[in-house]
Amino acid sequence: MNAEGNLKKDRNSGDQEVVVRVRNLYLSFGNNKVLQGFDFDLHRGENLVVVGKSGSGKSVLIKCLVGLLQPDSGVVEVLGEDVLKLNQEELDHLRVKMGFLFQGSALYDSMTVRENLEFPLRRHWIDKDKDEVEKLITQALANVGLEQAHELMPAELSGGMRKRVGLARTLILKPEIMLYDEPTTGLDPITSKGISRLILDIRQKLNTSSIIITHDLQCARIVADRVLVLADGICHASGTFEELLKSEDPVVKEFFEDLR
Amino acid sequence: MKLSPSLENFLNEVGEIVSFAGRFFREGFKPRYELKELLRQCYIVGYQSLPLVGITAFIMGMVLTVQSRPTLEQFGAESYLPAMVAVSVVREIGPVITALICAGKIGSSIGAELGSMKVTEQIDAMEVSGTNPFKYLVATRILACTLMIPILVVIADALAMYASYLGVNIKGFTDWNLYYTKVFEALTFSDVLPAFIKSYFFGFAIGVIGCYKGYNSKKGTEGVGRAANSAVVVTSLTIFILDLIAVQITDLLGLN
Repeated sequence: MNAEGNLKKDRNSGDQEVVVRVRNLYLSFGNNKVLQGFDFDLHRGENLVVVGKSGSGKSVLIKCLVGLLQPDSGVVEVLGEDVLKLNQEELDHLRVKMGFLFQGSALYDSMTVRENLEFPLRRHWIDKDKDEVEKLITQALANVGLEQAHELMPAELSGGMRKRVGLARTLILKPEIMLYDEPTTGLDPITSKGISRLILDIRQKLNTSSIIITHDLQCARIVADRVLVLADGICHASGTFEELLKSEDPVVKEFFEDLR
Repeated sequence: MKLSPSLENFLNEVGEIVSFAGRFFREGFKPRYELKELLRQCYIVGYQSLPLVGITAFIMGMVLTVQSRPTLEQFGAESYLPAMVAVSVVREIGPVITALICAGKIGSSIGAELGSMKVTEQIDAMEVSGTNPFKYLVATRILACTLMIPILVVIADALAMYASYLGVNIKGFTDWNLYYTKVFEALTFSDVLPAFIKSYFFGFAIGVIGCYKGYNSKKGTEGVGRAANSAVVVTSLTIFILDLIAVQITDLLGLN
């Protein structure tokens, strides 16, 4: 591990520990330059919301954090580890400490809800006995308000329930960092608000640090400690929700004008 | 020399499939072993394909017998019917027809299943949960196909021969023992072994191409359909090419 890159005691921003540090991140798909020197830090216990236009590279950004995409250049450090220099085994080990809620929930549709939750448990905590696994599954489903959903198939769940099960599956390994990709997209305003509150509850219960990619400014308002505006492949602006709401920057104004 | 775009695409795809197969050998046999998933896939590929393969083999054996009989009768060579059917079924028809049926049933199902998992980000979800999706999804399916297709071929051969016995008995009566004595007199080691070995390659091709098409599927639901379709087309063509190569090799080795 790069000693210079060890973040555990990085105190550049206030006195909070930095758990994710991204510097000079560049990524292109052919001629399409998606990220052009993106920088940011995520602090322990912080909820960081990233907003940006469709196709601006928000999802690409968090996929770089978990090693699903390889950037062209830059530094991606998560919990003190340089993601781009890890071998497969080390990366898998790091990924267990990170949860990723996909836009479409990505539930394994050939498995029941119980099996979806059991899958990561059985693979990483092999020593757990049947009763202990059952207890953890019940607890994870209770955390997202779906105690009765054990035997349902993903196709039998509504959009909101799928998000909740996806979240339960992600949280069952008790990750330190949560990455949410459009957690409220496609949901009605009431369910969206429920998911947003759930994101706050999760932080309170598990002390997670989160990056939330969203278009939904109501969700951003509820969950964000800090908001980043991703535009033209860089971090165009950063601040609390209220600060950005008052910003006179034309790009920022464009995002927040409906709420002003 | 500049290659035409379609030839270049074809060569690129062949290269990618070979590289995909190479990845199976590099990653598929390293721990951790996905035995539970392998057994599940063996059940799906082997047991669940058995009715289709069995019915097809039965019909194939009977039709071949009934249609060959008049021609052999013309030469007074009816007694050669069991031998002719046995050699045709064991050497060629059994392995190729079974592989083609499995290419349709299993290849398309693997292509569609993995394609759908790819476009709905289930494969990404598996990867970010710290599970190697190539080992869990791909290696198990390739191995299951490679192990199960030869077993299906043996069962298909046996059923086709039984159907052939029934076909012979549609007109007249032939004793069971006499029929099978004739069959086993005609079959030699060099008929059975190359056919059995090539069916492993057919199974491997079905697994690799089905998985490759599904795992690399793009463009949403349209891509899933395309993955399933091209898995069947490419696998079927590959089976014929492999069969041609196998025939040439057995010929070179003097096993024909």
